[in-house]
Amino acid sequence: MPRLLTGNRLETGDVLWWAGSDWSLHLKDAVAVDDDGEALLARLLPEERINDLTLIDVDATPDGWRPRSTRERVRAVGPSVRPDFALPSLPVEAI
Amino acid sequence: MYRYDEYDQAIVDARVAEFREQVERRLKNEISEEAFKPLRLMNGLYLQLHAYMLRVAIPYGTLDSRQLRMLAHIARRYDRGYGHFTTRQNIQYNWMKLEEMPDLLADLASVEMHAFQTSGNCIRNISSDQFAAAAADEIADPRPYAELLRQWSTLHPEFSFLPRKFKIAVTGSKIDRAAIKLHDIGLELVQNEAGEIGLKVLVGGGMGRTPMLAHVIREWLPVADYLSYMEAILRVYNRHGRRDNIYKARIKILVNDLGAAEFARQVEEEWALVKPLGLDPPPSELARIAAHFAPPVLDANAPVAIDLSNAEFANWVTVNTHPHKAPGYAIVTISLKAPGEIPGDASADQMDIIADLAQRYAGDEIRVTHAQNLVLPYVRRADLFDIWQVLKAAGLATANLDRASDIISCPGLDYCTLANARSIPIAQKLAVKLAPQEADLGELKIKVSGCINGCGHHHAGHIGILGVDRKGEENYQLLLGGSGAEDATLAKILGPGFDENGIVTAVEKVIDRYKTLRAGPAERFLDTYRRVGAEPFKEAVYG
Repeated sequence: MPRLLTGNRLETGDVLWWAGSDWSLHLKDAVAVDDDGEALLARLLPEERINDLTLIDVDATPDGWRPRSTRERVRAVGPSVRPDFALPSLPVEAI
Repeated sequence: MYRYDEYDQAIVDARVAEFREQVERRLKNEISEEAFKPLRLMNGLYLQLHAYMLRVAIPYGTLDSRQLRMLAHIARRYDRGYGHFTTRQNIQYNWMKLEEMPDLLADLASVEMHAFQTSGNCIRNISSDQFAAAAADEIADPRPYAELLRQWSTLHPEFSFLPRKFKIAVTGSKIDRAAIKLHDIGLELVQNEAGEIGLKVLVGGGMGRTPMLAHVIREWLPVADYLSYMEAILRVYNRHGRRDNIYKARIKILVNDLGAAEFARQVEEEWALVKPLGLDPPPSELARIAAHFAPPVLDANAPVAIDLSNAEFANWVTVNTHPHKAPGYAIVTISLKAPGEIPGDASADQMDIIADLAQRYAGDEIRVTHAQNLVLPYVRRADLFDIWQVLKAAGLATANLDRASDIISCPGLDYCTLANARSIPIAQKLAVKLAPQEADLGELKIKVSGCINGCGHHHAGHIGILGVDRKGEENYQLLLGGSGAEDATLAKILGPGFDENGIVTAVEKVIDRYKTLRAGPAERFLDTYRRVGAEPFKEAVYG
């Protein structure tokens, strides 16, 4: 099962997704870390710039990554009750 | 309204300066997140799903117009134009940036507000009756006693690291609008035959994972001695409360394990040691604080009769105003629960409008209710129509107080990192479905929580809904028969849970069955449930 690395930016709290060489605000930019996840975590944790670093399970779908848990889908999209705040990369319906 | 003295202001200003330095050090990586996290939480700053969330303390739910305008300013300047009034009379902002926190807290401090003791294992913001000083049923204004508790508990060194968080509510009426039986300590002002004011002391109530109703441990406590008695309660809890298990750390577990009588005995024993230390303030100090809460000068000739020929206005007056202790006056509750909207949310513009109304018509005071509405406590009945028109234009004139669409809801999984399921969408769907028939249903309190912690007070709902995680999917349990009022009871789970649509249908079935069972239009859902029990509702929902 594919895994993604996610966290929240220290300065702003923004939800971030690991995009291979840097972080992105958009789930669509995420790159699966799979077996490298733990090593990446071990490298990034000491930098102390991203909070709540977590590896999450996702499914690969024709529309892109779909986090398995509702919690992570909400994190990726924004509050389902405020579609006006949804990121342009994902509609609220994606939750 | 209480106004800070030089000591209050100095404490808050010093905290802002201290936190500014802490934030700077964290942003420069001079301190780790592990070290910084407890510091930000002590200033009400949580990290939630999408961003930081700031919880601002509103002592005993009382604000003046300049403070509400500041909350509106914060919503505009630092958030996305809105705030969320909480079930403990506070306000939360959902889109905070750490780097902006010091400036925000300085803005708050400029109007005598702060965000500390809105998180952590300390004595949290003191809550109270939103109708304080105005209700016709009140013995005395509870807020001077709540304010002294605020001063006593602010940065109290002995009680800053309790076994678990600690919530105190104070009320001055037999009609319990502050849910005192569901707090760690509930205080009720009572009057003896000689006309003296004292306090009834309840301990060990709470919701969450292990809901319990508080026990009365003292029927009468002289007000002159109550602070040292509070100190004694906290000392017994601090000494014996369980720190080995977070789920058993609240005082309710200790009171339950010891038994209320033994707990009370230990408090009395401790009090005998504490009382001689001179903690209780002289009567003059309590009188000084009480003077701050003197009601505004009221119009002695305010007319009682008003023109109710506009049916929509007349309905709002019936549903959303309460009797005032002053003739010709009313207490107005402004519903933040328009069906389909997010319970407790208010835009910055709405906050400004309400601040203007409070300043012009309501003695410059606003109250926040634990049911996530706002109150104007001193309104001439003759001004009600003007106020209603302004509220209507701002989308704030929903006439649904304590009715089916006046639903309490925590932020749930749409925002909260602790939540297992979304609660707001359930509240929205139910409110839209039930609003057309709510006048017929009468008082019906529906409360929705997105996790077992129970910020949506589901155990105190006539109908309670608890969101849980079931194999990765949102699932909702249905509870019936709770009350947070003077007739407090804990709601019980009816049966297996439902998905998002299923829970809405289940609630509709419960209500349909209630309509066939109730003894008459005056019998509330809660009364019917208490009379007939759960079985008819179980049959209606599960067949």
